[in-house]
Amino acid sequence: MSAERRRPGALLAELGVHALLLGAVAFALYPVLWVVALALSPGDAPEASILPIPTAPSLRHFEAVVTTTSSEGVWLFGRQLANSVITAVATSVTAIVIATPAAYALARFDFVGARSGTKALLASQMFPGVAAAIPLYLLLNALSLLDTRSGLVLVYATSAVPFAIFQLKSAFEGIPRDLEEAAMVDGATRFGAFVRVVLPAARPALAITALFAFMTAWNEFILAATFLSSEDMYTLPIVLQRYMGEYDAQWGAFAAGSILVSVPVMALFYALQRNLVGGLTSGGVKG
Amino acid sequence: MASLTLSGVEKRLGGQPILRGIDLAAQDGELVVLVGPSGCGKSTLLRTIAGLELPDAGTVKIGARDVTHLAPRDRDVAMVFQSYALYPHLSVRENLAFGLKLRGESKAVIEERVREVAAMLGLGALLDRYPREMSGGQRQRVAMGRAIARRPQLFLFDEPLSNLDAALRSEVRVEIKKLHADLGATMVYVTHDQVEAMTLADRLVVLRAGDVEQAGPPLEVYRRPASRFVASFMGSPSMNFVEAAVEDGALVAEGLRLPVPAGRDVARRALVGIRPHDVALADGEGALAMDVEVVEAMGFEAYAHGSVGGRPFVARLEGERAQAVEVGQRLALDVAPGAVHLFDPETERALE
Repeated sequence: MSAERRRPGALLAELGVHALLLGAVAFALYPVLWVVALALSPGDAPEASILPIPTAPSLRHFEAVVTTTSSEGVWLFGRQLANSVITAVATSVTAIVIATPAAYALARFDFVGARSGTKALLASQMFPGVAAAIPLYLLLNALSLLDTRSGLVLVYATSAVPFAIFQLKSAFEGIPRDLEEAAMVDGATRFGAFVRVVLPAARPALAITALFAFMTAWNEFILAATFLSSEDMYTLPIVLQRYMGEYDAQWGAFAAGSILVSVPVMALFYALQRNLVGGLTSGGVKG
Repeated sequence: MASLTLSGVEKRLGGQPILRGIDLAAQDGELVVLVGPSGCGKSTLLRTIAGLELPDAGTVKIGARDVTHLAPRDRDVAMVFQSYALYPHLSVRENLAFGLKLRGESKAVIEERVREVAAMLGLGALLDRYPREMSGGQRQRVAMGRAIARRPQLFLFDEPLSNLDAALRSEVRVEIKKLHADLGATMVYVTHDQVEAMTLADRLVVLRAGDVEQAGPPLEVYRRPASRFVASFMGSPSMNFVEAAVEDGALVAEGLRLPVPAGRDVARRALVGIRPHDVALADGEGALAMDVEVVEAMGFEAYAHGSVGGRPFVARLEGERAQAVEVGQRLALDVAPGAVHLFDPETERALE
């Protein structure tokens, strides 16, 4: 390999590959950089320049977004951030708590309804959530859960749970039965084997599934906009959208808000990347 | 340690009978090897002993305890899996301690046992490693260590060497034999490898299609196979078979003429079994006439592959003359006295 690398032709090819990759990176990053530039620019309209470099950087928009308060003096941004965090975390926790045992049962036990149940779950994934917006609205209304975080979590869970079941089912199927059987022979109950051996081995999948449920809820807009009506119940995507009013667009605030919304997800990805790499089960069985 | 008694164990999976009424006993401290081709039910039988499968009929007793319906964890057995089944998220130390911890042993006891087992198996330097950081041989050792640390009543081995390379396999085989002697433990060992079966077993149990075909000390099984199946399964290369008629006190077939061994009850026809190493080049006409098709010269010995009366036949030949054997030659072979096995051509059971 190293001998080949010294040949001029190979060097040229490598340069070409890197140039191509750099181009792809620029292509992917350009819009993001634009948003950053917009957020840092003092004005409210996009600057008419090709390079996304703010002329006079300022944090004015961030300040404006973060310090938004209602007419009654309630710190709105704080409430809305809390709404988003609570909704997303609750969705994620609900999905994992319900899906983990369900997925394990579907992966390991053969029972009446296992197959048709799996198919039904799959079918539920085929419909876009919006298609159910009106019936869900009526249901939530009947349950007096409109304009509440619990109502929103309930709605998000209806799509997060089946998805999580699918993810985790295949993860559990990938864990050799031998591991559980070894634990059971070693003195564990079936539940003990599940908790002590299967769950740790499935940790990467659990992390990814939880993260995915979190992100879906965190980013969701249409259903939130349909079911939430009071400003202090809004989640952040609705807040963002509100900066793009009918008559004026607060581009700066919108950009600053987008960055603030993206940061937690990025941080989560960073924190979980060790798990995302996976491979934790490797080495447990076989040579 | 304890004995193991199985009686009338039956198991069906998906309507197919896997075990058809197995009776089996292992005495205290005995190493019993279950051997047979794949699909004979040997692994299912082992899993039934472990409690990972429940029998449809019959009983499993460990010592005086009837464990037929007990959960695996209440049977006090330890199992070494073919895949090793090491807990991937635990270090070697934690893997070894896992079963002890679950049984609520004190920290001091656990530490002591782990150290003891690590010393016994040479795992001292690996205690803080994770399974993924070890070679196949090392993992195999940890899997055995995990079983030993438990000090169970009964050890179960499910083809523990089949994922190792040949050199390592024979090394670990000797080690298991030594461990058995040191621990004096009752062990049930499943394999399809006849070398493992012969070398390890105190008692060999040959299984076929869910039934015990023959059980006994390995040498006895080898010397006096109860059926054609056992005869051809044990021994390498496999035993040769030629169907012969009985005429005037002699077994006769094309290319074969042998006196009927004394004391054997042979009616009109018999399946004659001769092991490849029980023949030698004859000086005169010989009892067998073999047409040579392939010769494998191994130095001191040579394997001649060919046919006797149109039936495939393998002969292991020794000495100077063996090196001169050529393809296309017709060999005259003698059969060692007492080395002729006879089987009923219909039932394929040995004729006594």
